[in-house]
Amino acid sequence: MSTPMVDVRGVHKSYGPLEVLRGVDLQVHPGEVTVIIGPSGSGKSTLLRSINHLEKIDRGYVAIDGEFVGYRRSGDRLHELREREILRRRTQIGFVFQNFHLFPHLTVRENVTEAPISAQGRPRGQAEALATELLAQVGLSDKADAYPRQLSGGQQQRVAIARALALRPKVVLFDEPTSALDPELVGEVLEVMKALARSGTTMIVVTHEIGFAREVADTVVFMDAGQIVEHGPPRQVLDRPRHHRTRAFLSKVL
Amino acid sequence: MTAPAVLEEAAAESAGSLTVIKARHPGRWIAGAVVAVLLAMAVNALVTNPAWDWPVVGAYLFHPSVLHAVLFTVELTALGIVLGFLLGTVLALMRLSRVPLLASAAWGYVWLFRSVPLILQLLFWYNLAALYKQISFGVPFGPAFFSVDSMDLIGPVTAAALGLALHQAAYAAEIVRGGFLSVDPGQLEAAAALGIPRARQIFRIQLPQAMRSIVPAAGNEIIGLVKGTSVVYIMALPELFYQVQVIYNRNGRVIAMLLVAAIWYLVLTTVLSAAQYYVERRFGRGLARALPPTPLQRVRGILTVRRAARRQRPARGGRR
Ligand SMILES: Nc1ncnc2c1ncn2[C@@H]1O[C@H](COP(=O)(O)OP(=O)(O)OP(=O)(O)O)[C@@H](O)[C@H]1O
Ligand SMILES: [Mg+2]
Repeated sequence: MSTPMVDVRGVHKSYGPLEVLRGVDLQVHPGEVTVIIGPSGSGKSTLLRSINHLEKIDRGYVAIDGEFVGYRRSGDRLHELREREILRRRTQIGFVFQNFHLFPHLTVRENVTEAPISAQGRPRGQAEALATELLAQVGLSDKADAYPRQLSGGQQQRVAIARALALRPKVVLFDEPTSALDPELVGEVLEVMKALARSGTTMIVVTHEIGFAREVADTVVFMDAGQIVEHGPPRQVLDRPRHHRTRAFLSKVL
Repeated sequence: MTAPAVLEEAAAESAGSLTVIKARHPGRWIAGAVVAVLLAMAVNALVTNPAWDWPVVGAYLFHPSVLHAVLFTVELTALGIVLGFLLGTVLALMRLSRVPLLASAAWGYVWLFRSVPLILQLLFWYNLAALYKQISFGVPFGPAFFSVDSMDLIGPVTAAALGLALHQAAYAAEIVRGGFLSVDPGQLEAAAALGIPRARQIFRIQLPQAMRSIVPAAGNEIIGLVKGTSVVYIMALPELFYQVQVIYNRNGRVIAMLLVAAIWYLVLTTVLSAAQYYVERRFGRGLARALPPTPLQRVRGILTVRRAARRQRPARGGRR
């Protein structure tokens, strides 16, 4: 099998006395979609944030395409990288937040071109051409000059997806991308994500949308109390869960 | 008749045949009339009492020495605000930095310069020349490359500008810091997740959003400083307040000269308030769904509506 695009090994993370991640292992191969489900407080967001080093982990490591995100290895030691280097490596990872976090004072186009220009040093013209292409992809060609506040929640989240894709990342992480949306707006965001999945984008998605997991995921991961309890193809984890905690969770959300 | 019946009847008529009559507010008219009478009385008292000495006010309002003083006041304000906010921004960034020594140094600065009265600080700077006769530039604690007489370096004007700016910086630091704290932390997180360089995160993402709360507070400070410059009169510098004192000591027209100064302070703060309005609009971009119209646009809007209404009225009258 190919080397994993995302390789999470033995990750531990505590907030003070509270151990939030207790030895998490996760491999995602290129082009795969992994959906993480689990009860509130089980550490799903913390895991995603550890993958792009928004959180520092206490033990274990995370590698993207064979490269540690926050560290440099020499021998058997990991040296923490300087912020500049961490920021550079982060451009390989797209992140879509539950609450969008678009930049409200910048237009939609500027939101999308900001990181390619300032983080990757792309020429403005090239970045704008890319933005035009990505906004068309998420169905918002006519909104390039609007400000985020002038858009609906679903449209804002689609802009956020275009913004994450503008870095041409190796993997895109989604943290409950539809949880802040009105029910009738969820569909348009999920459609964009399904199209992305079909186009071979490597994705890790934390979501409560079981239907999306069933349709799109290559692997479903069930997390509870800081550990991965069960993982496998959706048919297995969602329809014939082996672990009683998975069954208990699914009986509540389905 | 029950309420639903009324609604049904209304709906039965075609929507076009219903006319909206605006509610009347007699209370507002009465309050308006009372204020108008009070205003007229005040204006009358100002104009008819010869003690106000309006001819003298007119003669000195644009007197060259007064105009020079106004200019000097503007210069002092500008220097104080620009230098103050530059240094204040640096202090705010130090305060928010992850380096403990920088943060505490900035805290100490703000503590010191907010605690000592401005007038005292100004006198300190003014007398600095007596404290340190020479100021040397060179390696810290090591050899000096060159030195200058502090008298030459810090004249009274420099001392005044420096004093105002250093004092202002302490307040500016807190205003800027407050502005940064008012920005949703998610913004910084999103910028970091996108790999945007640190300086760019601060100046492109955080600062423009912080400006929303910085500008009104800064406007207050600038207007405060316009009038605050009057304390440098103790250094015998020819700013507006000092200058009118000089003049009324000569001609004895105290009230008239104070009026001259008051009018100029009014003019300056009016200009600044208007400027502030437009700066706020500039930084309000994208933060409201639609920007409110400027006063000018509003006046134009009212005029066009009136004109349109006048054009329509005869037509409607003709139909009835
Ligand atoms: N900065 C923090 N400081 C202290 N505790 C934290 C912090 N962030 C998260 N936690 C705790 O860590 C645990 C896991 O949080 P996390 O956000 O990863 O859960 P989650 O699985 O994403 O939950 P949800 O489905 O509600 O989003 C929770 O108990 C939470 O209270
Ligand atoms: Mg979460």
